[in-house]
Amino acid sequence: MSLTSLSLTELRQKLTTKEISAADLVRDVASAIEARNPVLGAYLTWDLDAALKEAETADVTQPLGGLPIAIKDNINVEGQPCTCGSKILAENYTAPYTATAIQNLRQAGAIPFGRLNMDEFAMGSSTENSALGVTRNPAALDRIPGGSSGGSASSVAGGIALAALGSDTGGSIRQPAALCGCVGMKPTYGRVSRFGLIAFASSLDQIGPITRSVADAALLTNHLCGFDPRDSTSLKESVPDFTAVLGRDIKGLRIGLPKEYFIDGLHPDVEASVRKGIAKLEALGAHIEEISLPHTEAGVATYYVLAPAEASANLARFDGVRYGHRSASANDLMEHYLKSRSEGFGPEVKRRILLGTYVLSSGYYDAYYLQAQKARTLIRDDFTKAFEKVDVIVSPTSPTPAHKLGELIGDPLQAYLEDVFTIPANLAGLPAISVPCGTIAHEGANLPVGLQFITKALDEATLFQAAHAFEVG
Amino acid sequence: MSAHSIDIHRVAKLARLELSDDEATHYAAQLHRVLDHMDTLAKLDLSGVEPTSHALPVYDVVRPDEARPGFSQAQALSNAPKSVLDQFQIPKVIE
Repeated sequence: MSLTSLSLTELRQKLTTKEISAADLVRDVASAIEARNPVLGAYLTWDLDAALKEAETADVTQPLGGLPIAIKDNINVEGQPCTCGSKILAENYTAPYTATAIQNLRQAGAIPFGRLNMDEFAMGSSTENSALGVTRNPAALDRIPGGSSGGSASSVAGGIALAALGSDTGGSIRQPAALCGCVGMKPTYGRVSRFGLIAFASSLDQIGPITRSVADAALLTNHLCGFDPRDSTSLKESVPDFTAVLGRDIKGLRIGLPKEYFIDGLHPDVEASVRKGIAKLEALGAHIEEISLPHTEAGVATYYVLAPAEASANLARFDGVRYGHRSASANDLMEHYLKSRSEGFGPEVKRRILLGTYVLSSGYYDAYYLQAQKARTLIRDDFTKAFEKVDVIVSPTSPTPAHKLGELIGDPLQAYLEDVFTIPANLAGLPAISVPCGTIAHEGANLPVGLQFITKALDEATLFQAAHAFEVG
Repeated sequence: MSAHSIDIHRVAKLARLELSDDEATHYAAQLHRVLDHMDTLAKLDLSGVEPTSHALPVYDVVRPDEARPGFSQAQALSNAPKSVLDQFQIPKVIE
């Protein structure tokens, strides 16, 4: 049996009793990658020698000692590539520094190993916007893995990574986890330092784990969080041991079902799975009640004003001067900018830069950007009110199962609308997790469905408690 | 037909993107559809609502104005597509 099918806790046991070494584990993961990655396309690159070197000196007594963790290709690890799935960074870029989240993982003994494919600059929900290759869903190879952390979810669900890091701006951890059948968790905004995460929308981006179990996610989250003076939005909050709540029952826990999340666009089989999951939570002793988040419908429009606006500013740094693609055919400085950027960015990134530039431009700022910032307040207030009545909000993660590759290309609005259930937690800065909730038979395939849990800010403990009770219950 | 009209070439220039005529037509049509959807924001009653720029209260963060370790010149230049005399090289801007 391959070691890659075991949980992080089981592997910890084998490492500390010296049944296996960290190098054995790294080699085992590498063999799994070599065997399956040509089909899945989850990894873009992996540096076995560098990982083996770290494995040599790994302190297996540390909480993550000797565990290789795969990394989404937008988080910097010094000396490694960091392409963001883009042509613009595929040449002329080797990370010159290491992200704080990676430093924290290393501090706990983990080994960052392998770079995972993603939608270009994390813009997309299918990984089809990567300029660097196709990633497939292990549950059905002709289908998308979701995105933007599609490589992360595909590698973990496909058994070629023990666990992975993703980033979540509008659902990019939770949605691919749901579509591939694994666990994906977005911490409270500000819990995990964004230093070294290549920015998409700075007020929404957050790093988090994609794993095969809630317990593994809790363990990794313990070692991702913490105040970092290099991220001005980092929260000065103590980090509890999130694994301490695992196994606690959920008797009397108040769970709210937002009525606005059970809508026409929700696939009937997905809804049936989710309803079954909710019945299970009730059987475990939770108190279920319907709640209202009245401004849910405005979420997509709000997000697709704010996120592209922030992206258009963040991506201005790609100028072909300091790093990244530089056009060979420019004659003056303006042409240099125009050509370097136009040759380097793919269609979805261009679309969002154009949209963001438009909504920030003179004459439109008040109509779109300011309006969206105000709508964001209403969406946040909806949650504040809801959490006066309930401890946890539960919903589907995605309204549909995984689409076939190519199905939504050319219809960006339809693709955007499918982020409807994941976007609000980003706008409100709340922690949220997607947990597998059965599969549905759909067009000849068995496709995973995800159940999303949301709690109030900084209450990841309750999030893990509820998600774990659901998973094992 | 969309109620919106974007001067796509002007926006592209502001964004420092070069679009072919085909691309301009294509992106303009897609953006019009997206902007139509964004009209849902105009239907909200937002009078008296404060804008949110960050979901959680984050205040101006300051630190002492002291030198800290940073990139060496070689590190800063390590990814430069073109450099000369230990500096980034750009196309000529002054005749």
